[in-house]
Amino acid sequence: MATRLPPVDIVIVGMGWTGGILAKELASTGLKIVALERGAPRSTQNDFSVPLIRDELRYSQRHDLMMDVSADTYTIRNKPSETALPMRRLGSFLPGEGVGGAGAHWNGVTWRWPDHELRIRTKYEERYGKSFVPADMPLQDWGISGPELEPYYDKFEYTAGVSGKAGNIKGQIQKEGNPFEDPRARDYPLPPLVSNLAGQMFAKTAKELGYHPYVRPTANASQPYTNPDGMKIGQCQYCGFCERFGCEANAKGSPHITVIPVALRNPNVELRTYTWVTKVLKDSTGKKATGVAYVNVLTGEEMEQPADLVILSAYGLSNVHLMLLSGIGKPYDPETQTGVIGKNYAYQGGANVTLFFEGKSFNPFIATGGWGTSIDDFHTNWNFDRGPHSFVGGAYISVGGSNGRPITYRPVPPGTPQWGSDWKRATAKWYHAAMTIAASGAVMPNRYNYLDLDRTYTNRFGQPLMRMTFDFSENEKKINRHAAQVIGDIAKAMNPTQMGQPTPRLTWSVVPYQSTHNTGGAIMGTDPATSALNKYLQSWDMPNLFVTGASGFPHNSGYNPTGPVGALAFMMADTIRNKYLKNPGSLI
Amino acid sequence: MSEDKPNLKVARRDFLSGVGIAGAATALSPVIPAAAQTPAQAKDQAKDQPPAPQAAGYTYFKPTEVEFIEALVDHMVPKDELSPSGTDIGIATYIDRALAGSWGKGDRLYMQGPWGKGTPNQGYQLPLTPAALYRAAIARSNAYCRKTFGQSFDRCSAQQKETFLKDLQAGKITFDGGLPGRAFFGVLYENVMEGMFADPIYGGNKDKIAWKMLGFPGVMANNAENVKQYNDGRRFIANPVSIADMS
Repeated sequence: MATRLPPVDIVIVGMGWTGGILAKELASTGLKIVALERGAPRSTQNDFSVPLIRDELRYSQRHDLMMDVSADTYTIRNKPSETALPMRRLGSFLPGEGVGGAGAHWNGVTWRWPDHELRIRTKYEERYGKSFVPADMPLQDWGISGPELEPYYDKFEYTAGVSGKAGNIKGQIQKEGNPFEDPRARDYPLPPLVSNLAGQMFAKTAKELGYHPYVRPTANASQPYTNPDGMKIGQCQYCGFCERFGCEANAKGSPHITVIPVALRNPNVELRTYTWVTKVLKDSTGKKATGVAYVNVLTGEEMEQPADLVILSAYGLSNVHLMLLSGIGKPYDPETQTGVIGKNYAYQGGANVTLFFEGKSFNPFIATGGWGTSIDDFHTNWNFDRGPHSFVGGAYISVGGSNGRPITYRPVPPGTPQWGSDWKRATAKWYHAAMTIAASGAVMPNRYNYLDLDRTYTNRFGQPLMRMTFDFSENEKKINRHAAQVIGDIAKAMNPTQMGQPTPRLTWSVVPYQSTHNTGGAIMGTDPATSALNKYLQSWDMPNLFVTGASGFPHNSGYNPTGPVGALAFMMADTIRNKYLKNPGSLI
Repeated sequence: MSEDKPNLKVARRDFLSGVGIAGAATALSPVIPAAAQTPAQAKDQAKDQPPAPQAAGYTYFKPTEVEFIEALVDHMVPKDELSPSGTDIGIATYIDRALAGSWGKGDRLYMQGPWGKGTPNQGYQLPLTPAALYRAAIARSNAYCRKTFGQSFDRCSAQQKETFLKDLQAGKITFDGGLPGRAFFGVLYENVMEGMFADPIYGGNKDKIAWKMLGFPGVMANNAENVKQYNDGRRFIANPVSIADMS
């Protein structure tokens, strides 16, 4: 029998970026807040110190900071006619676990998604007509606009210490920024990172081809920084151990060094680690959350934490899983296209090509996480005419180079043997002399890409695993093929000694790492029949339940998701503080 | 080849001699926090310290498995002007330790049935931990090689080994009883690369030889100044530093 704990005002499920932001922002209400985190506590000093953290095998290959799939995983398949099987090992994507969540081991890339992404259906129909969007693509507006979100992007960028160069301040195009971005009130808190040789070479060629390169924004601090909460962020050392690792220099904007400690200064905020939430509890009407059930994973003891307001702020996929396990909202059915929970699951597409320059050294290990030089001419640029290409979305193109860690980073030209002396010689010869151009492609919703509960496999608590049905649709194959062609042309113009074949992603495999940008499943929108949450990320079905994260995105951009994830969390906090708490109930 | 084995083993023990028990030997020099240490200091430190300790011998592999794995890593990583052989740089030792430890026993591997074959996109679907996979697949690899080439893998010619490994990689070999050869190759290849390129503290990459071969500087990396200086195509050269060097 579960132990029933004394009630609190607010329970927060998951203590990464969004849980930390909500806890910090709501602490000033004086309400009693309990945050539940299923993983371990984490500190820079104890968990990310040198040399411990500079261990490629432990953190990159064996996923020490990630979700443990022996306890809970997903079943996966490409289409509904296949039998879903468990993702038995991590590969394609890497959800975090522990205090700070994926915010501890991310690379840092922080974008503002433009207004035309948030009003996507309206904008494409206005420009290309109603028949442009395919019938099997449930493309939907988000219910918010770019200008509404702008102040919250600002809050997130200044909290996380983002380095970058604005491209458009109050309508004035800025030199060296991204000219296609939406207007912003002010520049980034920190100047851009140092540009590397590969980025400079790419920028030069891209400019010659008429494109608009810029150094992309990322939460790797170009200088020491103190954020508005007084939290100190160190200067990036370009150590090449960023994504999949924690930062020993506190130079990566991470929740465990910013929002979480600020929240925990307040005696009304309590963090309980090793607490695995299994369900949102409901009253007899099913319209009100009464708290959450969780397991103390150190003892196995089952607990109930009553609360007036429940905020799901776990990894996006876990938020959807919890809603399905709790029976909140109607599960989505791809045949009838009714129901909302699990709908519009999306992922990340793209293409890449590797270039080899004999005799040049790019020193790939002098690198940092979100580092890169990008062009948005085929992505955020709304003037790019998608008509002839007949796709919705696009891809942004970058030269990054986050590391030279040798278990995984060993580029060799096509046709090189994979073992033996010739392999060794080629590996040694080209390790320094290669660079990659990568496109990150949008993924639009498709009626057959969705999440639901698996009927066969269970997690460590005997609960059904979540089932993921996903593959790239025609729209994404078009984006990725187009991107492959563009990067191939840029690569040729850079005149390398050798280059690989530009490769678009055409099918989804769970095996190689691609991206931890899983979106959708509990989406925001304007209509309860087609979305799980309203524009404030409040459940249509249960007004005292709010859900953060990329699970709320109705589609996925080519851009990384953390910018809008952070901004929407700040917006949610404002909404709860200024609207919901004054008059609890549905805000729309 | 096999008649050389005893001598090779003695030679290897000499090669690895004086190393004591893994993990105990090198905590001698003062620890300088990374933030306070210059690359030059790190280089000096690396020079002054003995190499990371390695224990000879095997804790998981049985004698016939040792013959297989040593022959395999020596074939994939032969002795040449760039490095000693795979066995001599500890790749077989690395794999043995990985299989004897928690990873080999299925740590972070979802092991609930039922077991379906699945599609290639669905990834690893065998009901075997890595250790159990090696045990089953090495025996079957030798049986396959005996049937096809008349001798166990370790006694095969270089050309026969090459044919076997390429067929294994290409999915052309299903072992007796249905075990897919490609699944074994996937794990094996990854482990060989880990043994070659992971930090020497795990038993492979002896003397940081693979890092030196590449010019990878290891775990020591305060590059806030280097990033400005070395962005003109010049090579940044550093004597690599491992975890044990800094511990």
